[in-house]
Amino acid sequence: MTALTVPAELASACARVTPASPADTVAGRPARFLAAPATTAEAAAVLRAAASLGLTVVPRGAGSRLDWGPPPASCDLIVDTGRLDQLLEHAAGDLVVSVQAGVRLDDLAKVLATAGQRLALDPPRGTGDGVTGPGGGTIGGLIATGAAGPLRYRYGSPRDLLIGITVIRPDGTVAKAGGKVVKNVAGYDIGKLFAGSFGTLGLITAATFRLHPLPAQTMRVGVECPGPAAAAEAATIIADSPLAPSAIELDWPAAADSISVSALLEGDEVSVAVRADRLAQLLERAMPGQSPDLTKRSADRPAHPALAAASGRGGPGTGTLIRVAFWAGQLAPVLTAIRAAAARHGLDPAISGSAGAGVLEVGVGATAAAEAVAGFVTDLRAGLARCTTSSVLPGTSSAVVLHAPPAVRDAVDMWGPVQSLELMRAVKDQFDPERRMAPGRLPGGI
Amino acid sequence: MTPQGELTWLGDGTGASPGYDLVGAFTGSEGTLGIVTKIVVKLTPIPEAVTTLLAAFTTMGAGGAAVSSIIGSGILPAAIEMMDALAISAAEAAVSCRYPEGAGAVLIVELDGPAADVEAQTQAVRALCTAAGAYEIRAARDATERAAIWTGRKSAFAAVGRISPAYIVQDGVVPRTALPKVLDRIAELSAEHGIRVANVFHAGDGNLHPLVLFDDMVPGEQEKAEILSGLILDLCIEHGGSITGEHGVGVDKSRYMPRMFGADDLDTMQLLRCAFDPGGLCNPGKVFPTPRLCGEVPGVRRAPHPLVASGLIDQF
Repeated sequence: MTALTVPAELASACARVTPASPADTVAGRPARFLAAPATTAEAAAVLRAAASLGLTVVPRGAGSRLDWGPPPASCDLIVDTGRLDQLLEHAAGDLVVSVQAGVRLDDLAKVLATAGQRLALDPPRGTGDGVTGPGGGTIGGLIATGAAGPLRYRYGSPRDLLIGITVIRPDGTVAKAGGKVVKNVAGYDIGKLFAGSFGTLGLITAATFRLHPLPAQTMRVGVECPGPAAAAEAATIIADSPLAPSAIELDWPAAADSISVSALLEGDEVSVAVRADRLAQLLERAMPGQSPDLTKRSADRPAHPALAAASGRGGPGTGTLIRVAFWAGQLAPVLTAIRAAAARHGLDPAISGSAGAGVLEVGVGATAAAEAVAGFVTDLRAGLARCTTSSVLPGTSSAVVLHAPPAVRDAVDMWGPVQSLELMRAVKDQFDPERRMAPGRLPGGI
Repeated sequence: MTPQGELTWLGDGTGASPGYDLVGAFTGSEGTLGIVTKIVVKLTPIPEAVTTLLAAFTTMGAGGAAVSSIIGSGILPAAIEMMDALAISAAEAAVSCRYPEGAGAVLIVELDGPAADVEAQTQAVRALCTAAGAYEIRAARDATERAAIWTGRKSAFAAVGRISPAYIVQDGVVPRTALPKVLDRIAELSAEHGIRVANVFHAGDGNLHPLVLFDDMVPGEQEKAEILSGLILDLCIEHGGSITGEHGVGVDKSRYMPRMFGADDLDTMQLLRCAFDPGGLCNPGKVFPTPRLCGEVPGVRRAPHPLVASGLIDQF
């Protein structure tokens, strides 16, 4: 086995370029080289060198969600953003922060908390390093994968809080869009275009976000529901109430278990307690017998152990994680469709997520047979399509396989059907005409 | 409707559709990427309680300090609007809004949400305004009083017609914390150029609407007003803001785009335009001062368009 030598052009572009180690893979595809630029200028030089050498490039942050999506068709060079870890500017008075892409979400949260502020994003975390890796991922990765958690109900996903971005195009051109102010309609929203783009348009090197005050108090009000209809009723009561919940969460560890539906209430101590009591009364009145549970909650989200166990990342123990998105009013038929499709293939997945925002995650254990999981996904998509038809849009739901063991990946179409694919291809062709940025990671082989 | 004449949905209404966020990219594109025919929007429940406060200050500085302390305390009102003395006098002349006498600045703060929260926040905002020097605070007790408070602000743009034959409405953004400096500088520029400026703005997010007043019958005044209007935009850029917070770039501000963005930035944005509209059909000349050459135009239609073939439309 001959050792790889780093091409001279690449080596002279960046101080830290090495042949890749066996651990440097992207969704199973091994890389050949690894570069870790320390500045935007160095990163641009790396991409220019990669362009002249015709190398395919995949950006990597902490790697917490690097195994999301199909593997790239080719991965010559991983560009690691670990050294782009500076907090550029925290304008606390303006509730705005600018960071380099390699900054970790956890580290940023600590800094912002000292000023009583937060970036209102809470992507799911597992138990320790098991699911999401150290530090909960980097800002760049968060934007590129569009990962979000229950707070998306009130605050949206990364793209909704993003107000400015710096990217490097595949040819090494550095470009900025947006700015440092929340109200800004000058030019196109390139930040939104890069959100959820999985590294296929270029490398994100910096981002500016709008912030929110860190709530002084958080309480959770929850009920245990016997089935999908009751869960949907509880979610509707919470959503229609005037009590402004920040999240409406759902947890259904297995078919035989009850479904827990809970509201997250945030604000100052007094008003949160008042709202929690009111919500508990509303739920009690509407659903007698399910006595609502009020708990004060610390800042850390409790992990969903069943989901984490089912879909832990990395290695032979990795299960399958599916993200199901739908219009929130369809919660009951969607839950039923998930269980029905799973049962048909002898599966009993853990279901958890935002009942309020209509985004759930479904976790299937690593031991499930690949054909069973593939069959489940196919039947799930058909079942979803049946129960979420609209007279206006062609499709109002999706089931995306975020990550899965290799055998399942081979057996299944991870993305499923997607709207306006031709326009997406046109965008890709403009930004990356040579198809070198994370090729094949997005729907339609983009 | 794409520039190629195809009807297509962008996104699936879930906010989590796979692939590129074409909805996000399309929003704010000012008609340069296609024509919107149908929209899916998320609705929110009407808030349980609303309070509207009007606070009068002797100076703009004091008003600005109040805004900063409100935001700094962790309260995010539904609206914080500010008007200066000139704007107030125009509104008074137009709709007799009877804002407090002698106000150098008025602040209108609207808070909404669950009743308990609104109650607590109202008390806090009153205290903060008083601490910043407010000499009169009015709180609307019902919808009628609320409308009365808003009348002055909502009539402000039209009302300046009472104090000036013509005016330019500008739209720029600065970081909230830069507001005091920027407002002072606008006052300086106004004096230097001999052109009055009435200030009305969304103080909560630094979105300014300076009303640049001039008499179009006086030779040279319109040019002076336009120059001053442009200088205000330069000021916004200088302070890390934006040349437009709401009303868009259009044709009028496209020449300012290169002051806010570099050539590579504009070139990159136009890649999106080339993806949607390589033929430059949709609103050419808007947003970007210099169009980008898009290279090969994909999908050039050779056969008649289906709608033409079926007789539904004419093509010429």
